[in-house]
Amino acid sequence: MRILGISGSLRRDSYNRRLLRAAAALLPPELELVIFEGLKGVPPFDEDDEPNPPIGVRTLREAIAGADALLIATPEYNSSIPGQLKNAVDWASRSPSNPVLLNRPVAVIGASTGMFGAVWAQAELRKAVASAGARVIDRELPVGYAAEAFAEDGNLVDDEMTSRLGEILTELRVAAAQRAAA
Amino acid sequence: MAPTTEVTTETGLPQGTWRIDPVHSSAAFAVKHMGVSTFQGRFEGIDATLSVGEDGTPWLVGVARTDSIVVKDENLRAHLLSPEFFDVERYPEIRFASDAIRVEGDEVAVEGDLTIKDRTQRVEAGGRIHGPITGLGDSIRLGISLEAIVDRTEFGIDWNAELPQGGVALGDDVKLTVELELVLVA
Repeated sequence: MRILGISGSLRRDSYNRRLLRAAAALLPPELELVIFEGLKGVPPFDEDDEPNPPIGVRTLREAIAGADALLIATPEYNSSIPGQLKNAVDWASRSPSNPVLLNRPVAVIGASTGMFGAVWAQAELRKAVASAGARVIDRELPVGYAAEAFAEDGNLVDDEMTSRLGEILTELRVAAAQRAAA
Repeated sequence: MAPTTEVTTETGLPQGTWRIDPVHSSAAFAVKHMGVSTFQGRFEGIDATLSVGEDGTPWLVGVARTDSIVVKDENLRAHLLSPEFFDVERYPEIRFASDAIRVEGDEVAVEGDLTIKDRTQRVEAGGRIHGPITGLGDSIRLGISLEAIVDRTEFGIDWNAELPQGGVALGDDVKLTVELELVLVA
């Protein structure tokens, strides 16, 4: 089973990318988490481009379609979702012939350098992907003070956060397995 | 057993097994939208059977395929099929079953179990019954119209959005209307 991890921050060493790697470390061997590297290559949404979607869009849709579930780690910019991440959700939500987000299990987590751990962005992202038809795990993981949240080995320092992350991954796996069995 | 349309005294229903003519039957819903209008949609894929025994014992069963929902906008339809509304991937059918039907003149009252998204609620529906008559092709036909109001949130359909100046996008109460043209089959 494959989980596609998407970091909403484009920065190479972003805390949200580290959060995805921390999640990957919690997975059993039969589950793999692959981090999507093509977010920066998704062009701005333009309906005029829909009949012949740009390669960045096709790459995004293929990556989502090839995953059993999505784990999106989002920062919070100006109290909301980063524009490029929302843009990717908008592109992914289109294509009526193959709506890649429809019924797909999605969990949203997030990290920020401030106290609140991107809670607003997480709530808005859950709303956006649910509106796109995804099966959204009704959980959040607000990792605040991200600069101090990770240990040398990449795992989360806080045991309770690690436990909650594990629970979210379990719910995601169960939803994906239920879908596969149907 | 030869078909009969003898009306039982017990329930006022004609005996026999009746199956809907799907072309001339419908199932629709209506809900308050933005607080100012009534939004309507329907389910195209429906089936229903009415069985009335010699002693008048009735059994009405109806099914609607959730993926047969019809609305005017493709994106809206996708939203209604998604986990935020009918979640058709997990719940392919809406079911109704009733063994409590009362007829007085041309008025009919039905009480039964409505199941949406695996949640079952007792629902009362009222309406009219007409016939039986002999239709084209010598088919024996019966018409039943029913209406019920249900709270969609009791079935796990609780999506909503706040409006900029207060209020919500969707009402909780949904009016369900079925028009059944039933054909005697046995």
